[in-house]
Amino acid sequence: MRILLVEDDRQMADYLRKALAEAGAVVDQAAEGREGLLLAASGDYDVLILDRMLPGLDGLGIVRTLRASGNQTPVLFLSALGEVDDRVEGLRAGGDDYLIKPFAFSELQARVEALLRRGTADAPETRLRVADLEMDLLKRDVSRAGTEILLQPREFRLLECLMRHAGQVVTRTMLLEQVWDYHFDPQTNVIDVHISRLRGKIDKDFERPLLHTVRGAGYMLRAE
Amino acid sequence: MTPPALALGAWAQLRSGAARILRSSTFRLALLYVVLLGASVAILLGFIYWSTAGYMDRQTTATIQAEIRGLAEQYRRVGLGGLTSLISERVARDPVGSSVYLLVDDRLERVVGNLDRWPPEIPDAQGWIRFRLREWGPARAEEHEARGQVFSLRGGLRLLVGRDVRDLEATRALILDALTWGLAITAALALLGSWLMSAGLVRRLEAINQTSREIMEGDLSRRIPLSGSGDDFDALAASLNRMLERIEALMASVRQVSDNIAHDLRTPLTRLRNKLELLKAELPETLGARTLAEETIADAEEMLATFNALLRIARIESGSRRSAFQDLDLGPLVEDLVELYEPVAADREQDLSYGGCGEAWIFGDRDLVFQALTNLVDNAIKYTPPGGRIRAQVGVEGDCILVEVADDGPGIPAALHTQVFRRFFRVDDSRSTPGSGLGLSLVQAVAQLHRASIALLDNQPGLRVRIAFARAQPRTAVESATAAETA
Repeated sequence: MRILLVEDDRQMADYLRKALAEAGAVVDQAAEGREGLLLAASGDYDVLILDRMLPGLDGLGIVRTLRASGNQTPVLFLSALGEVDDRVEGLRAGGDDYLIKPFAFSELQARVEALLRRGTADAPETRLRVADLEMDLLKRDVSRAGTEILLQPREFRLLECLMRHAGQVVTRTMLLEQVWDYHFDPQTNVIDVHISRLRGKIDKDFERPLLHTVRGAGYMLRAE
Repeated sequence: MTPPALALGAWAQLRSGAARILRSSTFRLALLYVVLLGASVAILLGFIYWSTAGYMDRQTTATIQAEIRGLAEQYRRVGLGGLTSLISERVARDPVGSSVYLLVDDRLERVVGNLDRWPPEIPDAQGWIRFRLREWGPARAEEHEARGQVFSLRGGLRLLVGRDVRDLEATRALILDALTWGLAITAALALLGSWLMSAGLVRRLEAINQTSREIMEGDLSRRIPLSGSGDDFDALAASLNRMLERIEALMASVRQVSDNIAHDLRTPLTRLRNKLELLKAELPETLGARTLAEETIADAEEMLATFNALLRIARIESGSRRSAFQDLDLGPLVEDLVELYEPVAADREQDLSYGGCGEAWIFGDRDLVFQALTNLVDNAIKYTPPGGRIRAQVGVEGDCILVEVADDGPGIPAALHTQVFRRFFRVDDSRSTPGSGLGLSLVQAVAQLHRASIALLDNQPGLRVRIAFARAQPRTAVESATAAETA
């Protein structure tokens, strides 16, 4: 996994490089916009992590130039601007995800993994499977070990999101954005309650739990 | 808009413009001026009338009295015979002229004179009489107005001496007519003048008003337009503009300072949290220190969250972020919200329900409105005891979309209703319930950004929070994109 990090805050950059390296990534680093663009265009990266505000050329400019030249490497924006319209602007420019500073590293890690996975997905799937849990996206039914499980529409989307990211951490914020499509701060851990309801339906009567809580990060659906 | 709607719109605009002019103090002042001017002109014209028509009247009286003096002299010197001969002589000279004579006996039969019958009108104490001359004029076919004096002579004889005043009356009517018209034209011109004058002033005041409103809505960059004439209105506008520049500069520097503080504190806090995270990763999972690190990370995150909330409220209050505004149906949004929070309420054995009503379109920021309503529902769940009922409702009332979140919890005392919107204010002084005290401040900031009004009502028992948004007509995608750009 090769990651390019363009960030002008030295401390932040060092921290991220260290943490990403620990998670098993090879990280190249640039502190200036034009240098970042040069590296991004020449190197073969799996994910670009770009700060919005950079000296030289800002994050939006880098992405626009890359996309215009046909480079489709997934881009994750980091921004302290923290406003919804900035997020929209970033995504319109060609960014794939947007993370507002300050963030927990686990949140960044989960999103980077999600971007990597998206890059490799080819044909649209119609069936999802994790261990003995199966989901038919066309018939919209779910079964585990052959037993049908009845889900509410929202629970279905929640499980679908978790299954698409099986084996990866999915954070609460990611779930709110992808399942409910609202960018907001829920104050209470509303997601936990929905997860525990879902858990009651897919894990309760089975020996091996599939839906795991990852402390300080989020949730993960995995076979083991 | 269709042509009739356009005409209707123009008419409504005209009417509201006229209403504004009528209400304006300039117009009222001008109206007072019109009344005073009208009164002065009326007095002046009254004097003119009195001195012209009155002069003619006095002239007639003097003529009649001179004639009477001539006849009385004759009567005293020569007696009745002399009087009748003098009258006959005068009548023969001018039978239907301007002078009228009639001498009658005690049975009111004519002795001499140019009038056939004694007039039926009754004279006043001085013997003055107004009467009508029938079959008068050169062809003896007209009816004229006349004035005269009546005397009683010896032997039951009565004498009437008078003058035809028809021409006089006609002149008097002419003068009165001219004066009345003069007064009416003066009043009309004064009214028109004051209307035009106040319309001009109202237009310039309205420009100042409009700019003030836009500034109060958060657009501090607005300035009052100057007409370029350099008059006192321009001087006022220039002063106000200078004041606005000063305020804007001050606010910018305050915002700069608070942003700097927030940024400067947020950055080291984030680093602290990041370092703790690195530290945590180094610690073996079995060690107690790892739990301590996790708790410290949670504390740092709480501080960061409070900071972010404060910065966010400040950003929303500055009113600079309307670019994410779009046409928004609040029904599905509140339904989503209820669906999201229903399990949380159920966990506390509360009943959270949704009440909707067809389409409820507003023009707003989807995520911010959702955030604000989330805060309300979250509060309701937090402060309502188990077993309580919470209802989130969307309704249409005239031009308003009403969103209500009502609970049957302890409510908020009316005395505290204005205070709860202050930053860090907590109804619960002991601060035993979790929360930053920023939730309702954010709700208010979002409401203000949307020009919506917010009210805390008594739900008997409990609290009912009502936000009234302006109703929007859902537009096509292109129209709302242009609206968002211009917003």
